[in-house]
Amino acid sequence: MRGLLASKQAVVGLSLLLLFALIAIVGPYLVQDPTAFAGVPLEPPSGAHWLGTNGQGQDVLAQTIAGARMSLLVGFAVGFGVVAIGAVVGTAAGFFGGFIDDALSLLINVFLIMPGLPLMVVIAAYLPPGPVTIAWVLIFTGWAWGARVIRSQTLALRNKDFVSAAIVCGEHPLRIILWEILPNQSGLLVSSFIGATIYAIGAQVGLEFLGLGDVSQVTWGTNLYWASNDAALLTGSWWTFVPTGLCVALVGLALGLLNNAIDELSNPRLKRENAYERRMREAGVTSGGATAVLLKRRPSVPPAVDAVEALGGE
Amino acid sequence: MKFVLRRLGFYLMAAWASITLAFLIPRLMPGDPASAMFARFKGQLKPEAMDALRQAFGFSDAPLHQQYLSYLGHVLRGDLGVSISHFPASVNTVIGGALFWTLLLAGVSVVLSFGVGTALGVISAWKRDGKLDRFAPPALIFLGAFPYFWLAMLALFLLGFELGWFPLGHAYADHLTPSFSWGFIGSVLKHAILPALTIVVATLGGWMLSMRNTMISVLGEDYISLAQAKGLHSRRVMWTYAARNALLPNVTGFGMALGFVLSGSLLTEIIFSYPGQGYLLIQAVRSLDYPLIQGLFLTITLAVLGANWLVDIAYAWLDPRT
Repeated sequence: MRGLLASKQAVVGLSLLLLFALIAIVGPYLVQDPTAFAGVPLEPPSGAHWLGTNGQGQDVLAQTIAGARMSLLVGFAVGFGVVAIGAVVGTAAGFFGGFIDDALSLLINVFLIMPGLPLMVVIAAYLPPGPVTIAWVLIFTGWAWGARVIRSQTLALRNKDFVSAAIVCGEHPLRIILWEILPNQSGLLVSSFIGATIYAIGAQVGLEFLGLGDVSQVTWGTNLYWASNDAALLTGSWWTFVPTGLCVALVGLALGLLNNAIDELSNPRLKRENAYERRMREAGVTSGGATAVLLKRRPSVPPAVDAVEALGGE
Repeated sequence: MKFVLRRLGFYLMAAWASITLAFLIPRLMPGDPASAMFARFKGQLKPEAMDALRQAFGFSDAPLHQQYLSYLGHVLRGDLGVSISHFPASVNTVIGGALFWTLLLAGVSVVLSFGVGTALGVISAWKRDGKLDRFAPPALIFLGAFPYFWLAMLALFLLGFELGWFPLGHAYADHLTPSFSWGFIGSVLKHAILPALTIVVATLGGWMLSMRNTMISVLGEDYISLAQAKGLHSRRVMWTYAARNALLPNVTGFGMALGFVLSGSLLTEIIFSYPGQGYLLIQAVRSLDYPLIQGLFLTITLAVLGANWLVDIAYAWLDPRT
């Protein structure tokens, strides 16, 4: 966590995320009823309506803020559901191996290869519309990717000495999975969770935009559905679809930054050197013992220099 | 060769799974789509058409496994039934007309995006901390955060509506009839540029970033140092030593992306009213044309499976170890 807070990306991402969480929790109490008729339809932004009104004469600011709640809730719930299923299926496949692995891997691969959006559209078309339906559809179509990543990580962990030791001691497989394997995957689980949440928010907004959600609810997706339905493009009323789109993008960006920061933490090679570090390295000065090993040598540095650094550093 | 055959087995399995899913979805859902469908269209459908529909989709009172077998038989014979909203056209005819436009739009865009994005990733990693590497990845992450269809709407609004540079929808101008003439081809191109551009811009970042990150890992390998120590031309080291080896994850991703772009093109087609599979699918959903929905889902899935199999063959060729 401390390492995470040292990263500028992570701090920006976390703050943005907290801001939106705050908006989602308290925001709806602060604005007027988003479904109430507030003014002339398609009124541009003004003092009375900061972001104007939509095609039904509803306040766009109120709709954008109220929409955050359901959209984020569904996003995070789906993210959690996807990772939970991915963790169960992935660890089971990786840990037990043999027939169980073959069967589960086949299932994972079949789900991975099925085109998600058409499948979602088809399923959502048959089910009664609503946020819960959307959440189930997204979990059903989205769990496979996480399961695959977690499976390969479990395979790597299974060959580690401490797991072998636990197996030899006769520990129950469930205990080994829960206490030995899962805690060692926490970074991966968090990163899968963030990835799944990004996917869920985007896909949910997409499905609702297509009119497959409950269009009487106020969410970011239905906001965009109504904007498009009321021919916002042809009337040039950009304020009906720009704010919601920006919010979705900012949440996606915040989660993306956070994920990047976690990636860099677990794979320091991806980290961008800052100007100071680069100047120091070019001058042949390394800042400490650890960096010579962690910062992978780059091809521009002749191997000999690195060897000397490694010797001196260690 | 063994690898390719084994994968073929997997794809047959996946195809069977999706055919079964298309059979199960309407039957597992609450309510009865078959009777809803018949109730809705009773006045408009002739009895013979109703029987054909029942037959093709096994919507009958027979036990489930019998319905399933008759459904499988029809699908294997390529009989997808009769479309309700385009009655009396068969689902095959309706889908056939749309398939061409989707393949044209999505096919060209995904290849373009993959090629340009991967090349940018290679250059970005090679000139680490150069101008491209400094500005492109964050900008692309930012662009990638927007919902795709929203970017497409914005592009349509600004470039199509406000500036009038591009047509607002459809695959070609309304007054033209399809023919093999310059006027028609020009019109098709003009209508395809903006949708294709939005797909490329929205997906470019993923290719570039994944290529960049793999390339950075590969550049740390000893054989790259060796190649450089041998005094090989840096362009040769960059493309044939580093990029070729860093390409594998991207090729895998390419296979997955064919699925994504077919689904991505679903939203594209809806926003630009482009008469492809996706546009057809959403119209079928809106008019509760169940046979067409199932047929479309099947063709989209089978197309993705086929494309992935081709990518697998390419993979076996790139990486002799498999």
